[in-house]
Amino acid sequence: MVDKERLEAYWKKNLGLIRNILIIWFIFGYVLTILFVEPLNNIKLGGTPLGFWFAHQGSIYVFVALIFIYAKLIGKIDKEFDVEED
Amino acid sequence: MSLQLTTYIIVGLTFALYIGIAIWSRAGSTKEFYVAGGGVHPILNGMATGADWMSAASFISMAGLIAFMGYGGAVFLLGWTGGYVLLALLLAPYLRKFGKYTVPEFFKTRYYSDGAAIVAVICLLIASTTYIIGQMTGVGVAFSRFLGVSNNLGVLIGMAIVFVYAVFGGMKGITYTQVAQYCVLILAYTIPAIFISLHLTGNPIPQFGLSSGFQGSDMYLLEKLDHIVKDLGFASYIATPRLSKLNMFVYTLSLMIGTAGLPHVIIRFFTVPKVKDARSSAGWALVFIAILYTTAPSVAAMARLNLHATVNKAVLKGGDVFAPEASIKFEERPKWMQRWEVTGLLKFSDKNGDGRIQYYNDKSKNQEFLAKAEAAGWKGNELYVNNDIMVLANPEIAKLPNWVIGLVAAGGLAAALSTAAGLLLAISSAISHDLLKNMFMKDLSEKGELMAGRIAMVCAIVVAGYLGMNPPDFAAGTVAIAFGLAASSIFPALMMGIFSKTMNRQGAIAGMIAGIGITMLYVFAHKGIFFIKGTEFLGLFGGKQNFFFGIEPNAFGTIGAIVNFIVAFAVKNMTAPVPHDIAEMVESVRYPKGAGAAVADH
Repeated sequence: MVDKERLEAYWKKNLGLIRNILIIWFIFGYVLTILFVEPLNNIKLGGTPLGFWFAHQGSIYVFVALIFIYAKLIGKIDKEFDVEED
Repeated sequence: MSLQLTTYIIVGLTFALYIGIAIWSRAGSTKEFYVAGGGVHPILNGMATGADWMSAASFISMAGLIAFMGYGGAVFLLGWTGGYVLLALLLAPYLRKFGKYTVPEFFKTRYYSDGAAIVAVICLLIASTTYIIGQMTGVGVAFSRFLGVSNNLGVLIGMAIVFVYAVFGGMKGITYTQVAQYCVLILAYTIPAIFISLHLTGNPIPQFGLSSGFQGSDMYLLEKLDHIVKDLGFASYIATPRLSKLNMFVYTLSLMIGTAGLPHVIIRFFTVPKVKDARSSAGWALVFIAILYTTAPSVAAMARLNLHATVNKAVLKGGDVFAPEASIKFEERPKWMQRWEVTGLLKFSDKNGDGRIQYYNDKSKNQEFLAKAEAAGWKGNELYVNNDIMVLANPEIAKLPNWVIGLVAAGGLAAALSTAAGLLLAISSAISHDLLKNMFMKDLSEKGELMAGRIAMVCAIVVAGYLGMNPPDFAAGTVAIAFGLAASSIFPALMMGIFSKTMNRQGAIAGMIAGIGITMLYVFAHKGIFFIKGTEFLGLFGGKQNFFFGIEPNAFGTIGAIVNFIVAFAVKNMTAPVPHDIAEMVESVRYPKGAGAAVADH
């Protein structure tokens, strides 16, 4: 059952990665943009209050980056555990 | 050349392009019809997904909504982009590994019953039909405004175009047409934005223009705008949330999980060759979507600024906004205003009879402001502006050449048509593949199924066209509700199917029914049973508007999804466990190894 253990370890590692990415997703999608937007608005980026900027633009860039980061990291894990597609 | 003729030529050229692509990429097999042959490059698939998913609402309405909501408009910007992260991490690769053609097919196999597939088909049809009504209405409005034909004729032309490339080409035709439509719509959106950004801030990139200084003053663009709207009694542009913080939170989440649960988006990830491609393709889709979505807030802010500057001359020069000569004379209003008055989307009424247009917030809660307005002899706001004008009239406001205005027309039509085609494919494959082939006529040949798929699509087009010509009066608000319905039914069941090895048939079915049921109940309570006016039953809940913690009906999908999860796990614990072979199958879905091409259920 070595194979099964290896697959379980792969899945656990994948879930851990998903969790970490979703935490960052939540911070940029909800914490900085909705929950704590007011204190963040006191910081200015050029002429734009930072909270407003994240809500209207910044978080979207982060979302794009997160998907590619996930694709890259999970691809590495695929290789490590030898579960890549043939 | 006249504006009308230029528009005809540009729109005509783009239509010829779509139809040419459709003929070139005709579908010959069910595999080509449902998943475009399964060999679409992830970047092209990302472009097609972008066009598929960015509807008339994204193209025409969103910037306008943001312009008048300011910060609160973030729910759309975040909600309609953040969902792709969920899609890429939680759904797309596993569904691709699962290797079926349609979403109900996943339910049928994973939850080992026709019942689960039928519930999924019903949820899918409810969400997609709700969504497509909005698209067809949008097609009619866009055609009638740009081509000067009647609304009904506009819908008919739209139906004919979609008919040609969706019915013959299937997913293959739709995919390559959508790539072309993406290019048209993104050029149409960004070109005017670049000119306007250059004009107002000196920065040609609209995304940067938003945070740049305002030309000819020492203020930043957003600071200036915030001052102007406050001076005229409106809520702050930078800091006013939509309803409450909780409502914004729930609304954003509802749009995000709705995006990840909409069947016409999900099926796009069945068309790529590998699991790896499904992951990166979601990223590419979001790149192409983000180009429009990060331009939109700039378009919104600049259009709002332009509008105020046109109507009240003192807002830019810093004089007294209440001075009589600050307001523009009705006789001297610009040409673009006169053109849009014809459509009824821009209206003027001289309430105080001074021959000038006063545009301000007469419902302001600021007593001091209202007193000043009254002292200046203002007797109420005199200008009515529809949200949708902000994008469509933008090039006219910025005095751009006619070909840009024609291009915006073509872009709006591309956005509406591409989404309509994607939805029609989701609907027709649900009927021909999931209901006919997989349940009622199992011995249907491939040729017969292809024919059935095309007939189902024709019927769907006719129904959608009829609803587009006779829109139920709820058309405008349906898009957000379609997301809520998908969020509360399909997304949770898909997720549990992949991440829970123990979720069984009974749990999934009960969860979907409970989720979509409670969401529809909440929506109907506010908007009437099946949206029929006069059948609202808010009285049942003490007559309270937004009775559940102040959450508006458009945002309720999140609550529906939570109910779905809770009910599913409760029912699962009370019923027979999941069969051993299904648990094994779920496990195999988790590893990319061994993913073949997408196949039909035989």
